[in-house]
Amino acid sequence: MSTSFAPDSVDLIARSLYCERDDRVLFQHLDLHVSNGHLLQLAGPNGAGKTTLLRLLAGLNRDYDGELLWKGESLHKVYSEYAHDRLYLGHLAAIKRALSPIENLRWLMSPWMSEDRDHAVSEDQLWGALDQVKLAGYEETPCQQLSAGQQRRVGLARLAIVPTPLWILDEPFTALDVDGVRWLEEQIQRQVGRNGAVVITSHHALQNIPTLVRLDLGALAEQEGLL
Amino acid sequence: MWQWLVRLYHRLGSPKWFYEITSRWIPWLVGLSVVGCAVGLVLGLLYAPADYQQGNSFRIIYIHVPAALLAQSAFMMMAVAGAVFLIWRMKMAAWVARSIAPVGASFCLIALLTGAIWGKPTWGTWWVWDARLTSMLLLLFLYFGVMALQRAIESEDASHRAGAILSLVGLVNIPIIKYSVEWWNTLHQPATLKLTEKPSMHPDMLVPLLIMIVTTYVFFALLVILRTRNEVLWHERKRSWVRDLLES
Amino acid sequence: MSLVMATVKRDLLLAARNPGEWLNPLMFFLMVAALFPLAVDPDPKFLSKIAGGVIWVAALLATLLSLDALYKADVEDGSLEQWLASGESLYVLALGKALVHWIASGLPLTLMSPLLGLMMALPDDAFPALLLSLGVGTPVLSLLGAVGAALTAGVRSGGLLLSLLILPLYIPVLIFAASAVYHAGIGMSYNGQIGFLGAMLALAACLTPFASAAALKLNLSR
Repeated sequence: MSTSFAPDSVDLIARSLYCERDDRVLFQHLDLHVSNGHLLQLAGPNGAGKTTLLRLLAGLNRDYDGELLWKGESLHKVYSEYAHDRLYLGHLAAIKRALSPIENLRWLMSPWMSEDRDHAVSEDQLWGALDQVKLAGYEETPCQQLSAGQQRRVGLARLAIVPTPLWILDEPFTALDVDGVRWLEEQIQRQVGRNGAVVITSHHALQNIPTLVRLDLGALAEQEGLL
Repeated sequence: MWQWLVRLYHRLGSPKWFYEITSRWIPWLVGLSVVGCAVGLVLGLLYAPADYQQGNSFRIIYIHVPAALLAQSAFMMMAVAGAVFLIWRMKMAAWVARSIAPVGASFCLIALLTGAIWGKPTWGTWWVWDARLTSMLLLLFLYFGVMALQRAIESEDASHRAGAILSLVGLVNIPIIKYSVEWWNTLHQPATLKLTEKPSMHPDMLVPLLIMIVTTYVFFALLVILRTRNEVLWHERKRSWVRDLLES
Repeated sequence: MSLVMATVKRDLLLAARNPGEWLNPLMFFLMVAALFPLAVDPDPKFLSKIAGGVIWVAALLATLLSLDALYKADVEDGSLEQWLASGESLYVLALGKALVHWIASGLPLTLMSPLLGLMMALPDDAFPALLLSLGVGTPVLSLLGAVGAALTAGVRSGGLLLSLLILPLYIPVLIFAASAVYHAGIGMSYNGQIGFLGAMLALAACLTPFASAAALKLNLSR
């Protein structure tokens, strides 16, 4: 997993995106380009449309005008290939409380675990990932007995093993302790360092990554006269 | 031809165009409804001969049959409008579909009530599990379902889409429901008197019926157009053309 | 495909961990059927005539009861978002979920039905028809019901609404299935009815996943 990604493995382009919700324009004329080695942080006040934009970029929502391109083709046309190459972590953790961390992680990782794929993730890697997020010894405890922070770590454990060049993360620092925050920062640095890309919504100040680009949706809306 | 179709499509999708063109139609639709209703009812109630079996009570078909026909085709129209919305994302289609639902349900209710009133002299009871009445009752339930679902979903766009999906599922099911109810009915009541099945109807009876059917469709169009115009005004209330309209 | 298989496995595991989810509707099934002799008439002759219909109505209500939870948790905890993010076919997924629902609801109902047959004085000849009609008919209930569950998953107190939407669609299954059991009881052939149930199953298996998939996307449109 330490090998770096191919130079053209991330190529996500948005052209003059326009999006409105409940008769309110969230953003318009929005252009951006995410490629290898980029870290894009979406910032802005509550209600500025950070999560909405993130979900558009993740391909989960088609309710927009403008163009979204993945490697030069319409993102929704090549959606299944795109889905293989990007990881989406929403602010909902998709954790079943009656199941243990290893069972939850097995389900979360199942798209990358089928044997016929290159870099298929193995069962051992799942256990290793739980160890990394300090859940060793809790692997088979039902999640309902774990704290909120521990439950979030189950979902985050994917970052340690997932073989996708693009990560899209919605508020991943929520409910993490100091150790967890540091670990997550390391993961993001590692992903960017191995020529992958990360798009993130967070109020957290990300440091030590020279390629960081901040997109402030609040400032953008002001500039476009949308407020 | 193709260009003409594309232009028509864009026009249909434009709320402003719809509002303006229907303003011109409304007087005609009102006139046609009033005249058609008057002519049809006078011919049907006064001039058509009494039925040799049922006497004068058969005359309720001039309300019952058009209402029943319309209730069924309205469901189909609602589903088609819903499909147009789902496929092409045309907002006008969603507003039309939403406008049809309560109107269709009302006609369904009229058909059921007139059926019951007709049943009293014919069968001696208000309600008989006749195949047609039962299908009508189930159709009313389908309408209720669509309306309840549309009301329950908060997000406007999602409620339109949910209503469209449900009405399409309902549309596929209507023939299956009708067939199974008819099959069930022949099984249980082989010898009941069928309400509307008349192999040959006297022209004096038939002509008023046809007039009433056409009139009911015109009246339905009028109601749906009026309701859709309300939707248009509400959704476009912030646009300048609606503001100008309201000020003048 | 891998996510679908994993989801089926996970949901069966969840059903095993929370047995109440599928046991409660079964108990409900039993209790509803017990109401009829108490409310109407315990005379075996009368009961044997209505047995098939009563058992089928009870099965239908028990199915509706268990449908509400089918997608609700997946919408609320973000599982649905992960399905969509995976890029795998929602059609296959909806089929998989309906299968899970049938295994946890229709299958135990079918297996338990002979017990109700005994309670309701079902004629001996009608037992195979009861098992067969439930075996072929309850998957249709799961498939059709899954559409309603997907439509109402994001609605608060959607359970009652779900019943309103789905009950009219269940009528054809009810008619043919109850008639199959009744005809078997009076010694007549019931092949035709089972044939219709089979046709409805084939149709529902092909078409309802489309509607479910479209309905599931509604819950993500924020």
